[in-house]
Amino acid sequence: MDLLGLSVREMSKGLRDKQFTSAELTRVFLAEAKRRNDELNAYVLLTETEALAQAEASDARYAEGKPLSALDGIPCALKDIFNTRGVRTTCCSKMLERFVPPYDATAVSKLRDAGVVFLGKTNMDEFACGGSTEHSCFGPTMNPADPSTIAGGSSGGSAAAVAGNMAPFAMGTDTGGSIRQPASLCGCVGLKPTYGRISRSGVTSMASSLDTIGHFTKTVGDSALILQALAGHDPRDATTPEVLVPDYLKDLEKGVKGLKIGLPKEYFAEGVDPEVRDAVMAVAKVYESLGAIVKEVSLPCTKYAVAVYYIIMPAELSANLARFDGIRYGSRPKKEGESIVDYYYNARGEGFGAEIKRRIMIGTYVLSAGYYDAFYNKALKVRTLIKNDFDAVFKEVDVLLTPTSPIPAFKPGEKINDPIAMYLADALTIPANAAGVPALSVPCGVTAAGLPIGMQLITPQFTESLLFQVGRAYEKAVG
Amino acid sequence: MELSQEQVRHIAKLARLGLTDEEVKKFSTQLTNILQYIEVLNEVDTSVVAPTNQVTGLSNVMREDVMKGGWVSREELLGCSELPVESDQIRVKPAIE
Repeated sequence: MDLLGLSVREMSKGLRDKQFTSAELTRVFLAEAKRRNDELNAYVLLTETEALAQAEASDARYAEGKPLSALDGIPCALKDIFNTRGVRTTCCSKMLERFVPPYDATAVSKLRDAGVVFLGKTNMDEFACGGSTEHSCFGPTMNPADPSTIAGGSSGGSAAAVAGNMAPFAMGTDTGGSIRQPASLCGCVGLKPTYGRISRSGVTSMASSLDTIGHFTKTVGDSALILQALAGHDPRDATTPEVLVPDYLKDLEKGVKGLKIGLPKEYFAEGVDPEVRDAVMAVAKVYESLGAIVKEVSLPCTKYAVAVYYIIMPAELSANLARFDGIRYGSRPKKEGESIVDYYYNARGEGFGAEIKRRIMIGTYVLSAGYYDAFYNKALKVRTLIKNDFDAVFKEVDVLLTPTSPIPAFKPGEKINDPIAMYLADALTIPANAAGVPALSVPCGVTAAGLPIGMQLITPQFTESLLFQVGRAYEKAVG
Repeated sequence: MELSQEQVRHIAKLARLGLTDEEVKKFSTQLTNILQYIEVLNEVDTSVVAPTNQVTGLSNVMREDVMKGGWVSREELLGCSELPVESDQIRVKPAIE
């Protein structure tokens, strides 16, 4: 039996029906991870011993007929930004290269309580800042579809782990596209839920008003199943509203007949690769053939989203990363200096990489006296207009269909010294973070060169069920 | 808008961020480009628009001011520091002369 190719839901059934054990599953994925990691660099740490112990405990529960949940015994990979009790968590930064958290993130403890087996920690851009994983202190993650190209980012390791059959599912974070963009580039399903739907507690903050927790899976149904285990209010994260968690699998097979699907013209404009555009337009045709009503719509403030993002995000990031001072957290610098101020300069100068420094500088600048109104407050106001665009368009249509990334996977080094070119790779994913709405990236074909293409579905806040319903309809139609 | 090397050094000081001369030079150019890019927002009229600080309608989330200990110990938290710990405190460089 090809265990590596199974979906999480198929694995769950196989475990219940005793076709295989969690230990078998775990061994197969660990072996594949080890076989491919030299080439792909998806994992920065494999926790083999712990994983096998967790798997054996799970098998004992199945033997007693008492699994903890549908996810009991299923292996998973965690982006190295999720705190894991007793297991090194680096954010792929030299600043945290020796950091061992004393507690689990809420998302991790929920998965642990569900019986999930943790295979290891995956590569990412330092502190989740980047779109290619090239800004990792462990080096870039390569794309399983074409290892001469990057996996995207910032959650590139998690995307490559799932697309490369090195994990059945993987956790990531998405502040401006860091789940959807690598999912699109690697060819797997990536969910960015509504802001606040999954607790951020214990996940190192990047930009607190934009950060979301989500996951990578092979199928849309798996994405729904995993959200079911993670969604909900958490007393440790005050930004998780007490909104009812629905049954995310209930409408999965309902289809799209009669649904109104909007194609926002700004998402198909200049800068979008023609092959990507054509692939997503072909998806629109599939939806039409399934009985959906497809129409062009407009979100006129889309073109300002990247500029808004590159003010608000660095502002929040510079404040959040102030805690990494080499005292409470962070590496002790080689050169300490004479005073506490020298120590700060050295700890932060040595510990942070180039992209982090760049963003701390922008953030500090836009928040500094005399510039706050011109930059930061201005960006917050344009953010309102971006959100208003979504509110208005969702009176017209049920769901939006767009490309996820304007371009397929690119070569390492191509954009690393051109920050704006790298930032524009997130142009189509940032608006959903600005408005707090959920979005799902689903594979929808490959380029002539064989690189995966992803489509993005966007729906109103707290309607992830509809995302899954629409995503699944396409997945089912194309097989 | 252009960000001079002198301004870059000033911002780095505000952020307590040690930069090499080479980094100062590189950031002066790169940050100038980024600031020029974000100036596109000036073309948007926001005179009657309220700022958005949060997106899901929450405000002033309150809770009882009760300590819920037990999930992490003081020793474990102090253990996150790479500096010496004495009497439950982290020993740092002098802050005043």
